Amino acid sequence: MHGHENVREHELPELVARNTRTGLVLFAVYLSLYAGFMGLSTFAPDVMKMRPFGGINLAVLYGFGLILAALILAIIYLYLCSRPVAAAHSSSHASSHTKVG
Amino acid sequence: MAITIFLFFVAVVLGISFFLGAKAKSAQGFFAAGGGVPWWVNGLAFAGDYLSAASFLGICGMIAFSGYDGFLYSIGYLAGWIVALFVIAEPLKRLGRFTFADALDSQFNSRGIKFAAAMSTLVVSIFYLIPQMVGAGALIYPLLGWEHWIGVTAVGGVVIVIVATAGMVSTTWVQFIKGGLLVLLCTLMTCMILNRGLTTKVPEGAHAFRTVPASEITGIAGVEILPASDGWKDRAYVRIKNADGSVAIWRKAGPQGHEGDVLSETQSVIVTADKKTIINGKEGGVLLPVGHVAKLPDGKESTGALDPLEFLRVFQDSDIVQWKKEHWKKEPDATGANGESTTVYYQQVSTGASLLTAGGSATFSGLRSDSTVAKIDFLSLMLALFLGTASLPHILIRYYTVKDQVSARKSTILGIASIGFFYVLTLYLGLGAMTSGALPVDPTGSNMAAPLLAKSFNELLFAIISAVAFTTVLGTVSGLIMAASGAVAHDLATNLFKLNMNEERQVRVAKLSAVVVGLIAIALGIVFKDLNATFLVAWAFNIAASANLPALVMLLFWKGTTKQGITWAIMVGMIASLGWVLGSKEALQFVYHFAPAEAAANAIVPFSQPAIITVPLGFLVLIVVSLLTKKTGTAKVLAKK
Repeated sequence: MHGHENVREHELPELVARNTRTGLVLFAVYLSLYAGFMGLSTFAPDVMKMRPFGGINLAVLYGFGLILAALILAIIYLYLCSRPVAAAHSSSHASSHTKVG
Repeated sequence: MAITIFLFFVAVVLGISFFLGAKAKSAQGFFAAGGGVPWWVNGLAFAGDYLSAASFLGICGMIAFSGYDGFLYSIGYLAGWIVALFVIAEPLKRLGRFTFADALDSQFNSRGIKFAAAMSTLVVSIFYLIPQMVGAGALIYPLLGWEHWIGVTAVGGVVIVIVATAGMVSTTWVQFIKGGLLVLLCTLMTCMILNRGLTTKVPEGAHAFRTVPASEITGIAGVEILPASDGWKDRAYVRIKNADGSVAIWRKAGPQGHEGDVLSETQSVIVTADKKTIINGKEGGVLLPVGHVAKLPDGKESTGALDPLEFLRVFQDSDIVQWKKEHWKKEPDATGANGESTTVYYQQVSTGASLLTAGGSATFSGLRSDSTVAKIDFLSLMLALFLGTASLPHILIRYYTVKDQVSARKSTILGIASIGFFYVLTLYLGLGAMTSGALPVDPTGSNMAAPLLAKSFNELLFAIISAVAFTTVLGTVSGLIMAASGAVAHDLATNLFKLNMNEERQVRVAKLSAVVVGLIAIALGIVFKDLNATFLVAWAFNIAASANLPALVMLLFWKGTTKQGITWAIMVGMIASLGWVLGSKEALQFVYHFAPAEAAANAIVPFSQPAIITVPLGFLVLIVVSLLTKKTGTAKVLAKK
């Protein structure tokens, strides 16, 4: 492309690979929470009417929970990505087979 | 007063735009704000970019009229950020420069990809623009009394100025200010709702709608009861002619249903054959605002201030008066004269518990039925909201405005925090509006629920909230026009047609495209005046997810992806999802103005949200085409880059 002015950030491949994996794991966690919510809303709406905690129904609690969970997982991600690569558990293993990512 | 505050806001926003505009001369400056926006500014700008009129006006309105169902949109819109943060954002930033076509094309230098990605950016952005412009017109009318088309033109004009002066720099600041103001003011309004609590008392000066034993109305000597002729035959209404000639319409049932011999007050709009509009029984009458609690738990009259959880708990155990509508039209007679059109609004009580679970609105009522198709439609919408956010070009370009990955990450998290917090507030704002006594009786006025809620507190808050809602439209529309102009100037003109342009000319082309796209947006906003905003935004998410997500994900995670695979996946995903929504029952009804029954009969697709079919289709096309074209250039392994 244009070349000049295009200063790219230098990132260690190991770091990129590890962060990508971290992202995918956290994504899977959230996806299952989201799918659970949609499944209950669609196929078991009576469960959503139950009031498990504080006298408030599960539909509202789970909904608030999904919003809060997004924030918590995002903060965990920020923390996990900020660790140096050497401290990451299996960084050498990761870089040996993460050709994609 | 409202006008002063409103003009003050617009002046401040434009001032900032002009002031900062001086800095943006280079292409890097125009398209990516120089790549040096601080992460916290970018984070709030994400909120300003994302929280469109559909979120603020649309979701609050939907909750105010149907309860929990509107909140489902809040949940889906927020969840989409997880896909953006964890999967798409970082590689996208690594690969691209100004637009998301850059990222898709970085391995291939393919004209096909550039064309497909630019087209999908244009289609998604324009689809998303329509409801914003319509919302702007709807907002300005009650505030300033301007006609719809003037409101739309004003928004379009201001945005064109913002984008054309300084591109992404001014766009970023407008979005930053708007994001911050919106979250702050909604927090304030929620505090006021909680402080007011819930009450069955009618606010001072407001009309108390009555339900009385029938004998009190029809049993009085000399009362004139109009015959139940024409359209009134076999309907549950009694029409009483008053001494002053006006006509009162009572429904032969209480708000709870048919409970004995009672009559309940209604509101009505009748357009007579000779085009006279009779509202609530007289010419020149007005519809009265509605929305109150019928019964609080333990027979209380007022709760006083409530904490956030208590508010929901009390609401859940209360009964709320909602207004339903019955509409009929007398066919034109033999002489061809126009028939009379009648709309009657009547009270009906819903329990708080039912309003706080899914399925209360017309959109999601299928969730409370056994209809498998309705359930698939719902899941498809939720899938589109989940996958759509990370595929919206006007959101993705914001990743190019920060300097590095850490800033991108931090700004997304601030974005999630402020957007998530706002979406929690939407539930309180919506339920607050539902019980404010300030709601319009007809659901087509639902976009005004949040501003009218503010009005139920005081005029100053109403003026401020309306002005913020207006800047809300400005912020999002600027982002959309920015994305579209990037697609035209950068992807099409510079990279696809290889027009030899220096940076200055490229910026000039971008500014010119911003003006053109802005004019198109104004025209569409005027033409589609009556369209339902929430639906259009949902469709934009469907198209974005179907066209862009398969290409983005496969490029990042499958080595076998080829340039033809990407091009075909985008084109097929875009055309299939666009065709699907335009052939759906809702499009027939709202876009081509079919009657609901005819629309259902003529729809060519079984449900209205295509994502559950067209996203997998995009993946399938990409894989098949990539396998067929394997030799001609496979993606390089990204990790090595």
